[in-house]
Amino acid sequence: MNRTSAVPESHRRDDTAALASLNTATRGHARTARASDGVAGVPARYVALPCDTAQAAAVMTVAAEYEMTVLARGSGTKLSWGGAPASVDLLIDTSRMDAVIEHNAGDLIVHTQAGLTLTALARRLSPAGQRLAIDPPAPSGSAAQGTVGGVISTAASGPLRLSFGAVRDLLIGVTMVRADGVIAHAGGKVVKNVAGYDLGKLLAGSFGTIGVMTEAIFRLHPYPPAQRWVSVPIPNSRAAHDVTQRVIHSHLAPSALELDRPNSGHPSISVLLEGTHAGVADRSATMRELLGAGAVEQEIRPPWWGRRPWDDRSVALRLTHQIASLQTLIDALDAATRPFGFLADIRGAAGVGILHAVLPADPTTVTTITAALRAAAATWGGDVVILDAPADIRAALDIWGPVNGLALMRRIKDQFDPEHRLAPGRFVGGI
Amino acid sequence: MTNLQPAQGMVVATLAKRLRSAVGDNAVIDDHVRLRTYECDGLTHHRVTPALVVLCESAADIRAVVVICVEAGVPFVARGSGTGLSGGALPHADGVLIVTSRMRGVGEIDIANQRVVVEPGVINLQVSRAAIPHGYYYAPDPSSQQICSIGGNLAENSGGAHCLKYGFTVNHVTGVEIVTPNGDLLRLGGKAPDPTGYDLLGVIVGSEGTLGVATEVTLKLTRLPESVRTLLAAFPGTDEAGAATSAIIGAGVVPAAIEMMDALAIQAAEAAVQCDYPPGAGAVLIVELDGPHAEVEQQFHQVQQFCRDRGAFEIRVAVDDVERALFWKGRKSAFAAVGRISPDYIVQDGVVPRTSLPTVLGRIRELAESSGIRVANVFHAGDGNLHPLVLFDNSVPGESDRAERVSGAILDLCIEYGGSITGEHGVGSDKAKYMPRMFTDDDLDTMQLVRCAFDARGLANPGKIFPTPRLCGEVPGRRQGAHPLVEAGLAEAF
Repeated sequence: MNRTSAVPESHRRDDTAALASLNTATRGHARTARASDGVAGVPARYVALPCDTAQAAAVMTVAAEYEMTVLARGSGTKLSWGGAPASVDLLIDTSRMDAVIEHNAGDLIVHTQAGLTLTALARRLSPAGQRLAIDPPAPSGSAAQGTVGGVISTAASGPLRLSFGAVRDLLIGVTMVRADGVIAHAGGKVVKNVAGYDLGKLLAGSFGTIGVMTEAIFRLHPYPPAQRWVSVPIPNSRAAHDVTQRVIHSHLAPSALELDRPNSGHPSISVLLEGTHAGVADRSATMRELLGAGAVEQEIRPPWWGRRPWDDRSVALRLTHQIASLQTLIDALDAATRPFGFLADIRGAAGVGILHAVLPADPTTVTTITAALRAAAATWGGDVVILDAPADIRAALDIWGPVNGLALMRRIKDQFDPEHRLAPGRFVGGI
Repeated sequence: MTNLQPAQGMVVATLAKRLRSAVGDNAVIDDHVRLRTYECDGLTHHRVTPALVVLCESAADIRAVVVICVEAGVPFVARGSGTGLSGGALPHADGVLIVTSRMRGVGEIDIANQRVVVEPGVINLQVSRAAIPHGYYYAPDPSSQQICSIGGNLAENSGGAHCLKYGFTVNHVTGVEIVTPNGDLLRLGGKAPDPTGYDLLGVIVGSEGTLGVATEVTLKLTRLPESVRTLLAAFPGTDEAGAATSAIIGAGVVPAAIEMMDALAIQAAEAAVQCDYPPGAGAVLIVELDGPHAEVEQQFHQVQQFCRDRGAFEIRVAVDDVERALFWKGRKSAFAAVGRISPDYIVQDGVVPRTSLPTVLGRIRELAESSGIRVANVFHAGDGNLHPLVLFDNSVPGESDRAERVSGAILDLCIEYGGSITGEHGVGSDKAKYMPRMFTDDDLDTMQLVRCAFDARGLANPGKIFPTPRLCGEVPGRRQGAHPLVEAGLAEAF
């Protein structure tokens, strides 16, 4: 299906009617798009701002009627991730869906709308001494971690993933609107629940191609009374491997372990310990001994902790690996960048097996390095994805690389969105 | 749903012949007496004799069987150890039962990567036994862990007493190889996290065998904790035990497990295994903490204080593994134990938000009193997962019907309080009829879009989970007229 034209010819003259319908659906919260509403260089045509699931369903019904392609936007912190959409007839801005629907502290669950920012959520949970243990890396120069909907759609994870799992592990219930405007729920508000298929698993990391997520229910955790970071310099990839292995096989139950290797500066590994005051003091001292010469304890996080090592002028690779193949991966990356005369910045959860590496925004450089890494990826058992790239070079890049099960994924897409109107082109295999 | 015609015997004979030539004579069972061995799983009052049973020994065997079934349009059901409590492995009368219990290979314990690759028939506890010498174990621990299989755990997304802190099967599986319902062998994930694309692995775990048959599973291994402390606290009743649980959770403690048993469950356990719980207890709590020594000790004192403050009249602290095992013995034997105090029983595993436990237990008590049916309660108090055991005597006319009604009413209560009809046993054939009480038709239709993508003909474990199978040719939503794919001859509406 050709999706290069924004709106089918037959509907172009219906501009006024379409906008009127969107305004009816949102009680006056729709407009024509501005230049700043574009996604990855692709201009949007209309913007609708539903305030709840019912309005979002009404909006999607209008979109179906006018055969519009649709893309949902939260606060935009990860909008440049994934493939560029083939077209965006309708941008659904979730910023009015920013409510906490229910926070049941006693049950350690929270039910929110999709447009709520993680920062606002953290503020709401803090008086109860609780947190959502999802900490996607914030853009450089910002503390913004995006919205609930955005973090689910991209399945972004940060340091806390080591002990609390991925987004999908903490997501216990979802409400979505399908391409045809039908509202569907899965899961619920109890942590333990195996009734029916868990659509949250499918939505997490789907980049908006399955449905428009409108509400989510998460499992929460108590905020620890004490936190401490123990950091140690890492002279080389071998040391990165050794330290990571020592930490994960210890009895010290670290909440996070992050490797930071700036191309200029001092590479290090930092380990986060959380718990009671006495317990954390005790464990940090033991951790310091375990990490050896040069290890230091801090009450505050390292300045780079939880931040993206890249900015909007560079390219970010997301490299997954078997934990014990850390050194192999780093050495392969360095071998691939050396001919271009640079060492990539690396940062990530080495104890989980997810690193981010930064490349300059040059299509030839990125393509050559990515191809070399993909050819060798089996040796560290992971994938090489171009996570983020400036809009002007994205079209020249193979964002996703090889995918197992692509035929099945296409069949799933065809079932949920037979007309391919949801974020077309954004996901693997052009889904 | 299937292409089976009345000439059943001939179809089965032909099928048996084809299966034998693919996987060997000894692997195929068509003798009626032997077939009956497989007529049920742990939910013994649902019984169906399968047309054929195949004892598979390899991924190639499983694939061959599925391909033959697909060609013949015959349904297939996978079965591990057959310990499931929801009829998830209940055979199909016209179908093939694929038994994986001969596939018990455990791969190398890969400590550096904290992973192990196993075959689907491997017993849950076998994994921990292999890992413990290395200082690791496999965290999900369903009560049946001495006999249940990893393949079954994967299908049901099994939990266990310790999933409050450590999560369920889905949180501990990083890779799987499956035969899809089309007969394709598909590898998803491995020892690294987050394979690119949709999280098919996450979708498959807990899909109760309706999206394919696992041939190999990669499991995450968990470091054995430095310290484990377990206590048993006796309370006058479940209200006090519930209040202690709330205090513990409210203080920010995440125990490895908090289990509760009420007076009737204690009575049953005593009769069966002489666990010697404190006399006169209206409820007991078993609380287990684990983790670094420095954290556990402090929190363990806190937990004891909470129990005392909320009315515990006796607290026993396990001094060693032997005593800890004794505490758990009563709890883990509870299901079997009710056989000592009642000839028949129904076990449910509905979930309520933990804070609703006292109210819901009160309502269950009322239900029991008004119906004259006794209900014993054993449950994971930390996460609100009830296991009400509805006791009855099948030989008393009408009693089994009343028990069934009480059991259904308990599930209604769970839904009314915002919970779920099943926390870990699965929907299976047993609770499919309750799904519409928890989900809308649109919800169930949407879930079945996934099934249609995997298995348009509905051959993999049909009749489970969904009360009304969706027709896969249907278009989502309310389109008028035929689906374009049907019109184009690209798909059939079954």
